[in-house]
Amino acid sequence: MSVDKSTVARIAQLARIKVPEEDLDALADELSKIVGWVEQLDEVDTDGVAPMASTAEGTVLRQRDDVVTDGNCREAVLSNAPETTNGYFVVPKVIE
Amino acid sequence: MANLTDLTIAEAQAGLAQGEFSSKEITEAHITAIEAARDLNAFVTETPERALADAEASDKRRAEGEVGALDGLPIAIKDLFCTKGVKSTASSHMLEGFIPPYESSVTAKMVDAGMVMLGKTNLDEFAMGSSNETSYFGPVINPWKRNSDDQTLVPGGSSGGSASAVAARLCLGATGTDTGGSIRQPASFCGIVGMKPTYGRCSRWGIVAFASSLDQAGPMTRTVRDAAIMLQSMVGFDPKDTTSSEMPIPDFQAMLGQDIKGLKIGIPSEYRVEGTDPEILALWDQGIKWLEDAGAEAVEVSLPRTKYALPAYYIIAPAEASSNLARYDGMRYGLRAEGDSLSEVYENTRAEGFGNEVRRRILMGTYVLSAGYYDAYYIKAQKVRKLIADEFSAAFETVDAILTPAVPSAAFAHGEKSDDLLAMYLNDVMTVPASLAGLPGISVPAGLSSDGLPLGLQLITKAFDEETLFRVADVLEQSAGFTARPGEKA
Repeated sequence: MSVDKSTVARIAQLARIKVPEEDLDALADELSKIVGWVEQLDEVDTDGVAPMASTAEGTVLRQRDDVVTDGNCREAVLSNAPETTNGYFVVPKVIE
Repeated sequence: MANLTDLTIAEAQAGLAQGEFSSKEITEAHITAIEAARDLNAFVTETPERALADAEASDKRRAEGEVGALDGLPIAIKDLFCTKGVKSTASSHMLEGFIPPYESSVTAKMVDAGMVMLGKTNLDEFAMGSSNETSYFGPVINPWKRNSDDQTLVPGGSSGGSASAVAARLCLGATGTDTGGSIRQPASFCGIVGMKPTYGRCSRWGIVAFASSLDQAGPMTRTVRDAAIMLQSMVGFDPKDTTSSEMPIPDFQAMLGQDIKGLKIGIPSEYRVEGTDPEILALWDQGIKWLEDAGAEAVEVSLPRTKYALPAYYIIAPAEASSNLARYDGMRYGLRAEGDSLSEVYENTRAEGFGNEVRRRILMGTYVLSAGYYDAYYIKAQKVRKLIADEFSAAFETVDAILTPAVPSAAFAHGEKSDDLLAMYLNDVMTVPASLAGLPGISVPAGLSSDGLPLGLQLITKAFDEETLFRVADVLEQSAGFTARPGEKA
């Protein structure tokens, strides 16, 4: 299946990446090439095969005890923030 | 005294133990080497002051008689590992100024073992690439050159800075990470040993995530023994990583120097991939002969779905990447761009922060995960992954290890493949299958091409059988007797 310009614009919006109009054609070409190439998987008979999400699948994922293991490190948490004030993250206005 | 930057890790350990030189001396020698080789662009961040402080602390511990397994050894860390108080960028503009307030579990173990950290090595942005040309901080140069021309060559990727640094004697060893071949492929391009352990051996905690079901850390060194020594200080159960393995850890060095009489070595004909350099196929034949001469039995094995591993990988890895990289939203850390609304801030931040290859993979991943395509692409790829893993399991019922080439070609020139996406992706055709199956693999330098470039052979074993992997790799290394060094062009 080929990926057209409007599909690229749609997935770019889903991925929250601004893609300039002038890049859309080239990206559509590149993604079409990759998608066309991965479609060779259709040759493989996978009827009745269980999809494998992880090679660690056989093991039971652990849950740790529900206790506090960390905390009181506000400075460390905020140390890489683009903007902070009074010990809080500052984010753009969310509610119009 | 031998040149301190030429030592193997094992030799440096012995020299330090016997007091032939101090950690400070060997560290200073490496800092000087790094300064003299800045044109390779192998490091994103050099940490000479930290290294000297580490070295002095190590010498003090040694004087007091308490040393760890990596004590005093100058080592470089791929800039995908978060290191406390030291910039950790993933070679991306997105994380250009990021200084983690925590230490990755793997590097924490190495620090505990007494490592001297020389700095952070360059990589493809977010580990996405096979040539180290996608780094925001510029391409890395391979210290090797062809006999036939003077063009600069890529070191492979994504652990290209680590591979280049180890090959150029800028560190005794370096960490790498391998998602589809990012340790083994650059190791082959640079003539060094690169080892990816079984998925789950090394904790992923504190390593910038690319594709979480595939990402695995491992050592990059100049000898198989050095890889065993380094790996010993990287592995281990970590409750902070839900897929971290609780399997017992063997003594990896104990398997070296043993014979391989009676071992069965699988030779999968499906790795005679179209377009593979004939010299590499000849080297593979030579490798089979070496192992047979050492008493192993070569056995044909069939892995018929091998050719589907790469397309499955290029669905699964981008899908996981698109999810993992959703965290870069410009709010809590990393780059933030301006915008008139929250949505615009997100979109502008991610447009500015990610380079072309990362953007392409996020879009590809978003596409295969989007409504209407999820089953056709993502679930289909996971089913193929299962079949590939099952084929390996079946093969390991009859063989102890599998021998293949590590790469389909020798190192290529900068720019040579950057216009052809699929040609670039094909670099990983030999390494991706074992990644999908979570198996340990090692690339061992085995010979030189007629143009004077190193070529590696790959060994793969069943999950958690690094012992057999090291045992056979050791024999392969001895047989190949690879002693060539970069920069010795006639």
